[in-house]
Amino acid sequence: MSAAASTVARPAGRNRYSTGSLPRRINLYTLPGSFILAAAVMGLLGFNWFGLAAFTALIYLAAISGLSLVVENRRRAMDRFIRGLVTSAFLLALLPLVSTLWTVVSKGIGVLSWEFIGTSGGGTTINPDTLELVTSSGALQAIVGTLEITGLATLFSVPIGLLTAIYLVEYAAPTHWLRRTVNFLVDVMTGIPSIVAGLFAFSLFTLILGPKAFSGLSAAVALSVLMIPTVVRSCEEMLRLVPADLREAAYALGVTKFVTIVKVVIPTAIAGIATGITLAIARVIGETAPIFMAASFTDAFNGNPLAGPMQTLPVMAYTGYKFPGQDIALSNSQAWGAALLLVLLVVVLNLVARIIAAIFAPKTSR
Amino acid sequence: MSKTITVQDLNVYYGDFLAVHDVTMDIAAKSVTAFIGPSGCGKSTFLRTLNRMHEVLPGARVEGKVLVDGDDLYAPGVDPVTVRRQIGMVFQRPNPFPTMSIRDNVLAGVRLNNKRLPRSEAADLVEKSLRGANLWNEVKDRLDKPGQGLSGGQQQRLCIARAIAVEPEVLLMDEPCSALDPISTLAVEDLISELKDSYTVVIVTHNMQQAARVSDRTAFFNIAGTGKPGKLIEYAETSTVFNNPSVQATEDYVSGRFG
Repeated sequence: MSAAASTVARPAGRNRYSTGSLPRRINLYTLPGSFILAAAVMGLLGFNWFGLAAFTALIYLAAISGLSLVVENRRRAMDRFIRGLVTSAFLLALLPLVSTLWTVVSKGIGVLSWEFIGTSGGGTTINPDTLELVTSSGALQAIVGTLEITGLATLFSVPIGLLTAIYLVEYAAPTHWLRRTVNFLVDVMTGIPSIVAGLFAFSLFTLILGPKAFSGLSAAVALSVLMIPTVVRSCEEMLRLVPADLREAAYALGVTKFVTIVKVVIPTAIAGIATGITLAIARVIGETAPIFMAASFTDAFNGNPLAGPMQTLPVMAYTGYKFPGQDIALSNSQAWGAALLLVLLVVVLNLVARIIAAIFAPKTSR
Repeated sequence: MSKTITVQDLNVYYGDFLAVHDVTMDIAAKSVTAFIGPSGCGKSTFLRTLNRMHEVLPGARVEGKVLVDGDDLYAPGVDPVTVRRQIGMVFQRPNPFPTMSIRDNVLAGVRLNNKRLPRSEAADLVEKSLRGANLWNEVKDRLDKPGQGLSGGQQQRLCIARAIAVEPEVLLMDEPCSALDPISTLAVEDLISELKDSYTVVIVTHNMQQAARVSDRTAFFNIAGTGKPGKLIEYAETSTVFNNPSVQATEDYVSGRFG
């Protein structure tokens, strides 16, 4: 350090601004080394996977920053240390996600078949060869229920949410009392626990229709309560991103405010709005508690959302474990199958959102 | 098609703040009028009151009269939308609609006002407007491409084509060249001299050479200090303002000694 600052003759070929540096692929040498050391420590203490990973990370961090401190300088050592720390944190965050996915896929994949998707549960038939009662175990009623309830909830919340967002962004003056009220209510609604939304829908329909008023519609109302604030906030963000320049350009052409919003502002923001709505759907499609309260659960097929209990995939996963039928193993495997189907549905929805965003995005290619 | 503008005792407010104080001027038909002055002196604000665009900002209001061929823009019952259909505007930053092709951008003013055009008339209007904006030869082969794919100067001329496609009586330009390179600026300046034959053009500019090159009359606005309202200091023939101004402040400004 001090040698670099002094003016005395320095070794030929040595740049005044350079410091020593570790080999380029030092990470690749240090990491396996730390792994072996950690394995040795585990051998002394008794083996477990968590300990192995933790010791590997610790030894690696210590080794890389120590080496760097000796060969390079303090700043680089700190850089390498923080880099290692950030990467470890990332891997740690990834761990539960990968583990969950792995569990769901590995346990659910065995159940998944066209029969599981295409038939509904609850029906009993007699096997003509053995004269045994066979309970069919399909998930059709839950798939149809999920699609209908979420579809209805989307149908309710998108117009309300989008129009609210348009009011907030385009019409309300910043200090208007109604705008403040709407903002406050949307914030409060964002924080409503889903079980409360379920209770709300359940009691609303019970008050109107009398006891046991379970229906898909009721569940859809509960989901809308959860979905509307999300839709409002995401649409609001997207509408705010539309430059004021574009609105002024339209006004200067003598275009009315309404036409400007419909033909200029919304088309410009449509990609983001579509993505936001799809993410809001993906958020509520996995809700269990409110649907369990408002639509109850059933193994029988019910395609009519206006009356009678309806099943959805998350509720099926829950009841399969909590209230198994006579064949407990079958019920449990059905639950995993339902969980896997749900994950697939959400993945498909996210893909659809990306495709929609790509199609509608403003084209700027030359 | 072009009209004269008469401004009488105009005060512009943002809420309680007086932004422009007591402006009176006559703008002749078929001429180019330039507004110059330091930043924040209210020239853009004043320009925007000429087609009621300042009302887009909440709390903005005016006192006084703006007469276009004798009709007061601020008389009760005047619809700002109707005003803006007659008085077009070009902005500082090129702002073509990103979701529309070049052709649709030109037709935007007509289409968004719910007028239906037969295909051949639409094609004629696109060609006429783009020729009017000196852009036709550059884009005639790619009218279906997005307007945002053009260069900045081309985008600005596209915005001018869009503004003249609705055949306004007056064209307001708010620093139309400040985001452009010298060659594009030259193209737009040539265009302004041509537009003068059929429109009344009002241009705000920070570039005094530009004001001297393109305008017939020049108005100099100034501001006494931060928080004070902008005022019209001098309004005369461009040659008079630049060569023989009657007010000391104008001479200081055009000779570059302050501001």
